[in-house]
Amino acid sequence: MELVKSIVTPVSLDYDYVTGRAQSRFLRGIAEGRILGQRCVECRRVYVPSRGACPRCAVPTEEELQVADKGTVTTFCIVRVPSENLAFNPPYACVAVLLDGANIPFNHVLQECALEDVRMGMRVQAVWKPAEELGPSMSSIRYFKPIAEPDAEYDSFKEHL
Amino acid sequence: MRDVAIVSFAQSAKAKEQRNEVEILMPVVREAVRACGLPRTEIGFTCSGSSDYLQGQSFAFVGALDAVGAWPPIKESHVEMDGAWALYEAWIKIQTGDVDSALVYSFGKSSPGDIAEVLALQLDPYTVTPLWPDAHSLAALQARAFLEATGKSERDLAEVVARSRRSAIGNPHAVVSGEFDVEKLLLEPCVSSPLRAHDLPPVTDGASALVMVAGERARKLCERPVWIRGIDHRIEPQGLGVRELARSASTEIAGARAGVHKGRVDLAELHAPYSHQELILRAALGLGESVDVNPSGGALTSHPLMAAGLVRIGEAAMRLMARDGDRAVAHATQGPCLQQNLVCVLEGD
Repeated sequence: MELVKSIVTPVSLDYDYVTGRAQSRFLRGIAEGRILGQRCVECRRVYVPSRGACPRCAVPTEEELQVADKGTVTTFCIVRVPSENLAFNPPYACVAVLLDGANIPFNHVLQECALEDVRMGMRVQAVWKPAEELGPSMSSIRYFKPIAEPDAEYDSFKEHL
Repeated sequence: MRDVAIVSFAQSAKAKEQRNEVEILMPVVREAVRACGLPRTEIGFTCSGSSDYLQGQSFAFVGALDAVGAWPPIKESHVEMDGAWALYEAWIKIQTGDVDSALVYSFGKSSPGDIAEVLALQLDPYTVTPLWPDAHSLAALQARAFLEATGKSERDLAEVVARSRRSAIGNPHAVVSGEFDVEKLLLEPCVSSPLRAHDLPPVTDGASALVMVAGERARKLCERPVWIRGIDHRIEPQGLGVRELARSASTEIAGARAGVHKGRVDLAELHAPYSHQELILRAALGLGESVDVNPSGGALTSHPLMAAGLVRIGEAAMRLMARDGDRAVAHATQGPCLQQNLVCVLEGD
């Protein structure tokens, strides 16, 4: 008897994703071309995207504020492995950006920059879709691009790696 | 064995939540921690129970830590099980002497997906899941086996429902409650014969949390701490065909090992998501007519999946804290047709 070596059992489940209050407000802000964060009432850290909670202090974060759409690359990686559903063709740089006014980095893609020039500390800014195409989605920010500002000192972002 | 007591409990349950899991969980955890009287940073261990399949997101349980405050770094663990099993792990951790207190929490939203289908993924992945038997139909197979084996009738099931919904009146965490006429319930169509919609657990989103403390410290923190006098859990085979569905052999063993029969039982909170399961569990634990079963209304009136078992322990503990009794049995289940069962015996100080 020949053993069965493989079977195919398709699995598909549909979910209605619930963003929750804090993330809904954040995504509504994105649809207006604004990046919103929330400040912890206890430790004063500003979280972007808004999470509704400070994971250090275990308190709800209710104070909302707008942060800049430019910031500092704290760290990065070059994506070279192709996979499904990538918005960009490899190789490209995935960057962690500490937006001005925020206390935790924010992940996005860097373009308009040679890969060998990507570095920690470089200053970057969001490139938004045209106003009429903005929606409650992170794809409203097409990517980040380098700007003509001097690199940030390592000490200014070393706590956010 | 170290004496371990439950000193606080909190919960949340709604039919459909627009808040995400962290937003639901945070006030519940905060309330349980506030009520226990220990500063958050002095709680020795944190253990949670949840299932990422409910959210459809891998490692969703890690995101839930936002609600707890994991700074300075905490000792933490998670079980992909109902929170009652997280409580069991925390109880063991306290028994080892490694820690003296523990926060246990659990959460689950049944509303984002088709829960009866999601639960098909806990079955044998090669021979059963590809058939996609929904959870309600599997429960109906068990209900039919139970009625055939015992001579009970659909009326007996409807009476469980009517009593549960009556008990749930006044429970702010019940998503269904009120006075219901057994005759009218029996006129409802079957969802999966012999079960009607009211025999099934209501779709519920929620969370639960409690704090346990070992020894004398519990008496300083709580006016009437509730001691865990016995706890045990047992599992049956995965294959439904090899199990005796009309009774719950695993609950019988767990109940005996936990010491249910060593004293009078004033009240019991049984995790019976389907009406016939309450009758199976009553028989397995030998609970007579004098026992107040599911004074909260039970899982037929509020069923935040993954949290509902821990809710049974918390509900029973809160009643003992309020001196509504001295000795209680709390039970939690997991898996299709009562596959795995945990029994714990609680006593007020």
